[in-house]
Amino acid sequence: MKSSFALLTAIGIASLAQFATAADITGTVTLSGTPPAEIDIKPLLNDPVCGKLNGGKATTHFYVVGPNKGLADVVVMLKGVPPQAADASTPPAVLDQKGCLYSPQILAIQTGQKLLVKNSDPASVPMHNVHINPTAAANVAAYSTKISQPQMSGAPDLTYDFSAPENFMKFQCDVHPWMFAWVTVVDNPYFAVTGEDGKFTIKNVKPGKYKIVALHRKAANAGIEKDVEVKDSGATVDFTIEIK
Amino acid sequence: MKTAAGVPRSGLFFRPSFLMNQPSNNRWLHRYAVLTALATLALIGIGGLVTSHEAGMSVPDWPNSYGYNMFLFPPSKWIGGILYEHTHRLWASMVGLLIVALTRWLGGRPIRKPLAIVGLIEVLAGIAVFVIWPSEKATGGFLTGIGGLVLLAALIWIRGEAAPRPLPQLGWAVFFIVQLQGLLGGLRVVLFKDQIGIFHATLAQIFFVLLCLIALMTSKWWNRMVTQHTTRDTLVPSASGLQKLILATTALILFQLILGATMRHQHAGLSIRDFPLAYGKLWPATDPASVARYNEHRMEMIDINPITAFQIQLQMVHRIVALLILGAVAFCAWSAWRKHFGAVAKLSAFWLGLIFCQAGLGAATVLSGKAADVATAHVLVGALSLATGAALSIIALRFPALGLASTESKALRAANMNGVMDVGSAGEMPAAR
Repeated sequence: MKSSFALLTAIGIASLAQFATAADITGTVTLSGTPPAEIDIKPLLNDPVCGKLNGGKATTHFYVVGPNKGLADVVVMLKGVPPQAADASTPPAVLDQKGCLYSPQILAIQTGQKLLVKNSDPASVPMHNVHINPTAAANVAAYSTKISQPQMSGAPDLTYDFSAPENFMKFQCDVHPWMFAWVTVVDNPYFAVTGEDGKFTIKNVKPGKYKIVALHRKAANAGIEKDVEVKDSGATVDFTIEIK
Repeated sequence: MKTAAGVPRSGLFFRPSFLMNQPSNNRWLHRYAVLTALATLALIGIGGLVTSHEAGMSVPDWPNSYGYNMFLFPPSKWIGGILYEHTHRLWASMVGLLIVALTRWLGGRPIRKPLAIVGLIEVLAGIAVFVIWPSEKATGGFLTGIGGLVLLAALIWIRGEAAPRPLPQLGWAVFFIVQLQGLLGGLRVVLFKDQIGIFHATLAQIFFVLLCLIALMTSKWWNRMVTQHTTRDTLVPSASGLQKLILATTALILFQLILGATMRHQHAGLSIRDFPLAYGKLWPATDPASVARYNEHRMEMIDINPITAFQIQLQMVHRIVALLILGAVAFCAWSAWRKHFGAVAKLSAFWLGLIFCQAGLGAATVLSGKAADVATAHVLVGALSLATGAALSIIALRFPALGLASTESKALRAANMNGVMDVGSAGEMPAAR
């Protein structure tokens, strides 16, 4: 009995120690320069059903810039850390199809993490056809027979689980050719996607020196890399992505 | 047993007189060939709409459509890109049917046996697929269906003789190409290969050209010309400068169409969005930094793949070749009008009109941001330009006297003029030469 208590205590202390020594990396990504104006998605607006679902207004969202030039939809991740796939306890990520558009358009998930693709559109949109475009060999092999999967209105979620990291895997709907989403698969848990204010937080990073990368699909497709030293109190890294 | 006209009654089916006429004396055969060519032009147009709307993969299975038999797919599900892709499949099936009948008609009685053998092989192959790969029963059923139709066409008793050479051979060519096209279209879908799409689009253009030549060679005008140019030496003409230029220009148009098909099947939209300059220059920069900058500023709705330096260079080559074609066709038309007379000159002028129209549509495609209707019209006029060039080449080679005013008598000129006025009308076709 005593030994069991001692073991539990030791595990508890070890766990607390781990959290105590993990910190967050926070930062802001800002856009320098003037992005091109977003454009109306005319094919969607001209579609009799999908156009109505969006109230006759739908534009591209390639550069989502906040009031302080904060840039949304930037994937920020640590690079060079030991690969670590998600375990069963990791909650699934969700990619929804709503109003004949994907939401969100930019998403990041961990290798091994389940990705649920939902169809929330009404019966007036009979179907979507989810077409993925993996480029990593393992992902290509795993989904060679499921590249394109129809999903009727009200059908169960489609589930994906990618084992290899890759940036901006394109999801598209083959029925509605304006529907796109890009999913970045990261082989560690240390990543985030900036919000509309351009801010991000990567949680529970152990103190140490790392390389950190910011990727934007349009303006920094290859990524901007920086060094960061995470201390017990955490670290702050800001990025500026320039549009020329 | 014979009818009053002495025609044997043996045979399985109804034998309307227009089918029983000799191909050399059959206005309906010509009209049917024209109809088939027009249906094929429409098919190319629908194919253009498929790529312009990026709808090639909107129906992910083949030959079924979302698990339904292609012909039973409910219209309520023809939404978004499915409308274009499914219409393309159905229209292609109809063209396939027209082609089987055309092949049978051109080949006449002698073609029955080989056609029956082909049909039987396809039926047996379909059954084999059905038995060996039960999961591919749709493919087996499709193949069996095609074979059954071919077999039926062979069994129908048409008493007509074969059309003059090379029409039966052209019939066989379009017969095999239409089946290959169906297979390529299906493989493009199930294998996700853009390269197959490029080949599919190019072969469609060649297929259309062959059908136009069949329509031309079954016309009253062609028959009259064959009658007037009976000496064997005109059948193997020494190629004049104009003939060579027409041939070379037609080949250049085919090359241009291959470039166009390659551009369309990159799924990257317009790699250059301004005209007549390219990114404000005569020749745009294509270094990695410049291409990255172009991509940063591209706002695309459908053709969303990032553009590459190769695609920019491809469009520049397309523009340069367009200029070369314009110059070459203008020179052909000018030469024909200045030195020669008759069909070659008139058709060259029509050709030049098409090329001007095509150049305008090319510019409009860029300036409209590749609007689907404009881009599709560009594909259609491209097909017509190639077919016109091919027809002109055949006419110039087969009837060189039409293009050689120095050796042409006034009487022949007058005869040619009369013949030109009758192009496309029905009439008699002489025996094969």
